[in-house]
Amino acid sequence: MAIEVLLWCIAALLGTAVLAVAGARQTATSMFVYMVALVASTVGLGTVGWALVTSPDLAQALHLPIGLPWLGAHFRLDPLAAAFLIVVNLGGATASLYGLGDRRSEREPGRVLPFFPAFLAGMNLVVLADDAFTFLLTWEFMSLTSWALVMAHHRQRGNAHAGYVYLLMASLGTLSLLLCFGLLAGPEGGYAFDAIRNAHPSPNTAAVVLALALLGAGSKAGLVPLHVWLPLAHPAAPSHVSALMSGVMTKVAVYGFVRIVFDLMGPGAWWWGAVVLLFGGASAVLGVLHALMEHDLKRLLAYHTVENIGIIFIGLGLALAFRANDMAGPAALAMTAALFHVFNHSVFKSLLFLGAGAVLSRTGERDMERLGGLIHRMPVTAFAFLIGSAAISALPPFNGFVSEWLTFQAILMTPQVPQWVLKFLAPAIGAALALSAALAASCFVKAFGISFLGRPRTSAAQNAKETDALSLAAMLVLVSVCLVAGILPGYFIDALAPVVQSVVSGHLPVQAALSWLTIVPIAEARSSYNGLLLFVLIATAATIASYVIHRWASQAIRRSASWDCGFPDAGLATQYTAGSFAQPIRRVFGTLVFHAREEIHMPPPGDSRPASFHVYLRDRIWDALYVPVDRIVGVTATALNKLQFLTLRGYLTLVSGALVALLAILALWQ
Amino acid sequence: MAVILDALVQLGQLVLVLLLAPLLTGFVRKVKSRLLRREGPQTIQPYRDLLKLLRKEVVLAENASWLFRVAPYLIFATTWVAAALVPTFATGLVFSPAVDLIAIIALLGSARFMLALAGLDVGTSFGGIGSSREMMISSLAEPAMLMIAFTLSLLAGSTQLSSVATYMQSTAVGLRVSLALSLVGLIMVAIAENARIPIDNPATHLELTMVHEAMILEYSGRHLAVIEAAASLKLLLYLSLILCLFAPWGVAIAGEGFASYALALLIYVVKLAIGGFLLAVFETAVAKMRVFRVSDFLGVSLMLGLLAALLLFVSRGV
Repeated sequence: MAIEVLLWCIAALLGTAVLAVAGARQTATSMFVYMVALVASTVGLGTVGWALVTSPDLAQALHLPIGLPWLGAHFRLDPLAAAFLIVVNLGGATASLYGLGDRRSEREPGRVLPFFPAFLAGMNLVVLADDAFTFLLTWEFMSLTSWALVMAHHRQRGNAHAGYVYLLMASLGTLSLLLCFGLLAGPEGGYAFDAIRNAHPSPNTAAVVLALALLGAGSKAGLVPLHVWLPLAHPAAPSHVSALMSGVMTKVAVYGFVRIVFDLMGPGAWWWGAVVLLFGGASAVLGVLHALMEHDLKRLLAYHTVENIGIIFIGLGLALAFRANDMAGPAALAMTAALFHVFNHSVFKSLLFLGAGAVLSRTGERDMERLGGLIHRMPVTAFAFLIGSAAISALPPFNGFVSEWLTFQAILMTPQVPQWVLKFLAPAIGAALALSAALAASCFVKAFGISFLGRPRTSAAQNAKETDALSLAAMLVLVSVCLVAGILPGYFIDALAPVVQSVVSGHLPVQAALSWLTIVPIAEARSSYNGLLLFVLIATAATIASYVIHRWASQAIRRSASWDCGFPDAGLATQYTAGSFAQPIRRVFGTLVFHAREEIHMPPPGDSRPASFHVYLRDRIWDALYVPVDRIVGVTATALNKLQFLTLRGYLTLVSGALVALLAILALWQ
Repeated sequence: MAVILDALVQLGQLVLVLLLAPLLTGFVRKVKSRLLRREGPQTIQPYRDLLKLLRKEVVLAENASWLFRVAPYLIFATTWVAAALVPTFATGLVFSPAVDLIAIIALLGSARFMLALAGLDVGTSFGGIGSSREMMISSLAEPAMLMIAFTLSLLAGSTQLSSVATYMQSTAVGLRVSLALSLVGLIMVAIAENARIPIDNPATHLELTMVHEAMILEYSGRHLAVIEAAASLKLLLYLSLILCLFAPWGVAIAGEGFASYALALLIYVVKLAIGGFLLAVFETAVAKMRVFRVSDFLGVSLMLGLLAALLLFVSRGV
């Protein structure tokens, strides 16, 4: 059975983690660890993919007598779990392949190798878990192993702070989920998911559960305003782990949200959708704006994860709203869009992080202002990063466009919803989605253009060499997935049909049967898209144009100095930088969103002090939400500090007072 | 047989837009010159320019990469395909289910993405300034365009251009505030996207306010020719889009036969000429604005689009 194969793979990963601790000092260990991780992930991917395609009504359960004595550990493989396992294992396999290729650039393998397979195992286990206890335990295991990986290079500036913030946010998330499952399980404590599914919570309980699920899963996924740890922690980890954290672990969080809200809680109220839509829309726009202001390649990518998680939650919010109104077709469309974007984002975000990792390992730089011209020295990496950039910017014919197109189509179904709030919200969410897509394109013109194009800004960028073949292979695998999912989306939508059916009890029409592989979400007169035809047309048109011109017009080329309107300047400083590229957009949005302030010091003529220019940006959410919380915690801690220095009499009074108070509360409660 | 005929008509449209695009550009230039009481170049001058550029050698900057050489063809192909899939003289052509309005907008986004990257490739200050400003403009213009698409699709119940055009031809439309707002918004977006006055000046070089010209400053010879052709195609595309959405009168429906195609083609060319004339008059009448006022201009069009969609929800909900 597929689930047994999966659990054996996970056992192999965990065993490797233990072995890696023992053999951390041997050079062969890293090869062994990544080989096992690669094989286990590939086997897992193949098994789950085969199971999902061959038996759409997949439901394999397994009970292991470990964990709580009266509960044991329940595991279950259903279509929803299978879809997310594909995401986890595809990301795992490519990250392992990259790790295998790039293993020599890791200076402290002992801090990475034991945790990498454990992290992979943890993510697989969360998705397989079928009772609240196993879910929470493996969730925490996943958090802690990833935290250890974030702290792998803890001596670098800022990484310890990143680890601290991450640990706090992860604890908050797990605490919320703990309370969430506690409420769902009820006073009898039926922790198996089956028991939770059959116990329908009252509307008030359900509201609290939704809030806790948003807090718990949203903090792990990076939903605004819980996103603050992502841009700190994701870049701090080694690059292939960043790819896993940003591309895959955030998806495990989405899985947690879908499992709780769609599956375990049962039918819901329409306003759930409105709440989720608001958070999704805010994440989409703020994530990309933050990314635009960022000049650190990996931090930029981490902020983009916030944006894409926002897009996924827009899809989920729409699905909730449609489901509450018994609109199976639109709900299926919105859910398909969200799940397809989950898959797509995991692919191109892993790809981009691996590309950024290749740049980092070959130049030692993450700051875009110190890169440039890498397309000449690292052509294959540049190509892969370019395709990833086009895909994440939602440009046809790549995969990112298809899922965003489906999300748009789902938004266009909202007039049929009876609730006024949703009707007013829908155009605003549509505008937010449109704005985030356009800004993402700007952001990736900046990211690719400044890092890979132009002239090298430092000698590190000047002397870079192409990265190794295995790392390139990992990237090229993801490139081909981006392209295939973009031009043949029908097959992917069909593969998602059983998943969508299991979650919102409806699915899109079968796409593979349509002529010319066009995708038609609702009806052909309404909307359709054909990535294959588009790709073929563009390729043919470009080939014809270039052939005709080279054959009959001219193919002469002369190399010369750049023209630049007659005043070419050899100085590298005259190039556009990331900061200057983003300046117009900063002028448009900066004051409102970031409280942007520019400080220019221009000494008068004759003064030999250098001129200086500084831009100050503030994260308003950090200022408005986290700083006050930090202050309150500080003030309370100082106030409570007195309790540490009481006399014995004082302590006795305090303890008996507390006891009496608790008993009194209990007596009143009963 | 019918399939082959349909395919031929689609192919005809592909060739038609390619042939008409430089003529439209030349016509707009001619009208502008006449309005300024200049003689101006002949209307067919853009064809001559293109042919001349095609035959010239390419002078390539020393550090230009493969992307710089591939980009023009991709930009041209993407724009050409997008222009050929917008209904011009007939709706419901063979390939029209391949893309809808949203996909057309995204296709133009792909072309712009390549162009902005090409602007950064050589690493000159002018290329950077052009790319940076182009992306600032598009990051406001594209959402505005999508909101307009949103409004029209809600009205027609479809994002398919042929369906929207058919809906707009029917009597069910009536006068709607949303439509008026969308039309104004769409025209503003079209002006911005095609680098026309007051956003950008297509007839200038060596000016710190240029956007489109700054990006393509390093291009020469055949590369410049295909980029110029793509720019002409884009202008034609936007004009066709406005005509197809807001003035779909006289458009033939696929399979009506050659007589009606010929008539529709004639009507289309006349409509294009009127559109080009109005554009020239508008461009002559206004002054170019500062780059940092562009965001206000496009912010207005975004608000118009959003307002149009909201109004639709309000008026339809009852």
